[in-house]
Amino acid sequence: MSLSEFWFILITVLFIGFFVLEGFDFGVGVVSRLLGKNDQEIRVYMNTIGPFWDANEVWLIVAGGAMFAAFPHWYATMFSGFYIPLVFMLLALIMRGVSFEFRGKVDSDRWRRIWDWSLFIGSLLPPVLWGVVLANFMTGMPIDANKEMTGNFLQFLHPFALLGGVMFLFLTLTHGLQFITIRTHGELQERARSMARKLTPITSVLFLAFIIIGYFISDVFSYHGQTFMVIPILAWVALLFANLHNNQKLDVKAFMLTSITIILLTGSIFLGMFPRVMISSLSEAYSLTVYNASSGGYTLKVMTIFSLFLLPFVLGYQAWSYFIFRKRIKQDDELEY
Amino acid sequence: MDPLIIARLQFASTTIFHYFFVPVSIGLAFVIAIMQTLYVFKGQEIYKRMTKFWAVLFLINFAVGIVTGIFQEFQFGMNWSAYSRFVGDVFGPSLAIEGLLAFFMESTFIGIWVFGWNRLPKKIHLASIWLVSLGTIFSAFWILSANSFMQNPVGYEIADGRAQMNNFLAILTNPHLWAQFPHVLLTSLTTGAFLIAGISAWKIARKHDLEMFKKSFRISIVVGFLTAFAVLFTGHWQAQHLVQEQPMKMAAAEALWETSGDPAPFTVFAKINEKAKENDFEIQIPYLLSFLSYNQFNGSLEGINQLQDQYEAKYGPGNYIPPVKTLFWVFRIMTGAGGVMLLLGLYGMYASRKNTVTLEKHHKFMKLMPFAIALPFIANTAGWLLTELGRQPWVVFGLMKTEDAVSPSVSASEMLFSLISFTTIYAILGALTIYLFVRHIKPEQRKDPESPVSEEDPFNNKGGAEIVS
Repeated sequence: MSLSEFWFILITVLFIGFFVLEGFDFGVGVVSRLLGKNDQEIRVYMNTIGPFWDANEVWLIVAGGAMFAAFPHWYATMFSGFYIPLVFMLLALIMRGVSFEFRGKVDSDRWRRIWDWSLFIGSLLPPVLWGVVLANFMTGMPIDANKEMTGNFLQFLHPFALLGGVMFLFLTLTHGLQFITIRTHGELQERARSMARKLTPITSVLFLAFIIIGYFISDVFSYHGQTFMVIPILAWVALLFANLHNNQKLDVKAFMLTSITIILLTGSIFLGMFPRVMISSLSEAYSLTVYNASSGGYTLKVMTIFSLFLLPFVLGYQAWSYFIFRKRIKQDDELEY
Repeated sequence: MDPLIIARLQFASTTIFHYFFVPVSIGLAFVIAIMQTLYVFKGQEIYKRMTKFWAVLFLINFAVGIVTGIFQEFQFGMNWSAYSRFVGDVFGPSLAIEGLLAFFMESTFIGIWVFGWNRLPKKIHLASIWLVSLGTIFSAFWILSANSFMQNPVGYEIADGRAQMNNFLAILTNPHLWAQFPHVLLTSLTTGAFLIAGISAWKIARKHDLEMFKKSFRISIVVGFLTAFAVLFTGHWQAQHLVQEQPMKMAAAEALWETSGDPAPFTVFAKINEKAKENDFEIQIPYLLSFLSYNQFNGSLEGINQLQDQYEAKYGPGNYIPPVKTLFWVFRIMTGAGGVMLLLGLYGMYASRKNTVTLEKHHKFMKLMPFAIALPFIANTAGWLLTELGRQPWVVFGLMKTEDAVSPSVSASEMLFSLISFTTIYAILGALTIYLFVRHIKPEQRKDPESPVSEEDPFNNKGGAEIVS
């Protein structure tokens, strides 16, 4: 395995980490407003991700940094190519990020309502946009001989991409609801569970539609052979089992299964692209690959040493933070208002 | 409209705005960590109360700093894709390592710190704020290593039309980095310290919670004075370094059109005529520029016109002169503000000389200090304008011009949309930050500092006094 291949795997892992971790964050951000009936309940739902969301978002920042360093062309083509979707995503992340901090600072219903909305929209837009981006990864984009993406914003919004957006939103909602079931108690937990029970079947249908249409419309599920279609199907099966476990109140298992769904889905898309990192719809020859988009060998070597040294620490203290805050959040005795 | 102009405007505005928050985060994290250390080792509740009071400001500031920072990383790819392709090999690793080493650490331990007050042993909880502080400092280091490459490219070779790294150690030992990093780090600490000192002075002048704010003032003024004093030296050191490495930047900051005589005089005031490439009028102090540049009372400096000729000979025809008038004045604004801070710090030390008992007697000074909060922000912004505008027309000095760095595939209207959206949302965030700061500081919010509020939820609705347990 060459170092550029290794870095492709690492970036895939970073995106998987981002989608799994910030995935439930986004879901919680959206449903907290729908499930919480009063200010205090919304706060409980928000606090399930309180200590984590910030670090979860850093997975995206590091994925972006790693792309910049290991595959400058991938970074440049993707970020300038998806310009408008990225503007919306960043605006959403900004609104969302400050709403956690601002919401409780002024004792006024109007003020809190503004930040509840800001959290809601800020958590809803990014998964939709990432779904759109992933779908475009699969179908390819008009990339020319200069590695530049041509065309305009509307070209991203073809029906398959919109399906991808809605599917990914529902996936994060299901995932977020499962996270809430392992972080709360009683009535609040029950509400999340029952919403998950209703939502997950819809998610499953969207998911199935996405991978079946994806199989015909794109080559990523079959690029390395038809049998690779097994991976997204397994992702779908995991989702079905998540629903089953949710019904049986096996919350941790259900959450693990929705995580597996996201891991397998993201993994299968990235694997199916390999060795391409951006597929050109104009000509196979214009596609960016791990070989023609990567940095020099020296840079990759330096980065490899750094990341292999640092990642164990990062994973260690992040795991530790989840361990510290493993206790469920109760409604009455811990939150004083 | 030209996409280049919009991209530059966007980079300038978002970076300047982001950099209002960065030094405050670095500075406050450090001072708060000191306060909490005093609490843990002295065991006095007042230090805990103090830590939590300033933490509210820190967390608001930190949140805005983070969300505006995400765009900083993304805009290289979005607006400056040609630049990203050209230098990703050398510039990218610093950003990646910054994320891996610093951001993960900051963001994880800030969560642990905020939510961990009653869940962790005291010393482990204390360690988490120190790790946050360390994370902010690491972050500054790696960003500056990337910036230093733009100012003084080292450790690379040009291959396949791109800059490719061939010596990582050279990037880490870039002389520009080591001239810049201490300066930026110390000015950040000064910024945080002056913010605390200014607000404390305002509270002292109004006799609010004197015990706590006098102690806060004393801690912050000590940090503020010591760092402002050290900034003087690091700034001097950096300027000397620039004379060697980026003579054009220094010559422009001095409005020195023609090579100076020996010894070189320092120009205090100049009426600059950029068209005629000369000064219509100037006031000078003899010997001073030689001393500032070389630590001795002789030696001459090259002038802008001579440097322009040299650069044309070396890089081909073109205009290599940065905006002289702007640089001349931002340099004086930066050093002027720094000088005033040093004097205020000195007086503050004098005012609090006998522990904190003497503080209240200095009414006028206490009323002056809140205004001094603006000084570090002015100096920081001026400093960055000097650094970044002084590098023009280069984006990477000697290697790539700014005009060649912009994304070729992004249209002017897309960029304009982005510029308008981000400046609007940033303006709102700026106003909200100030509003929330003032709200937290205002006395009616803190009538009873001992009032029992939530232990568990740092985001409750007690008007900002929340994480007091």
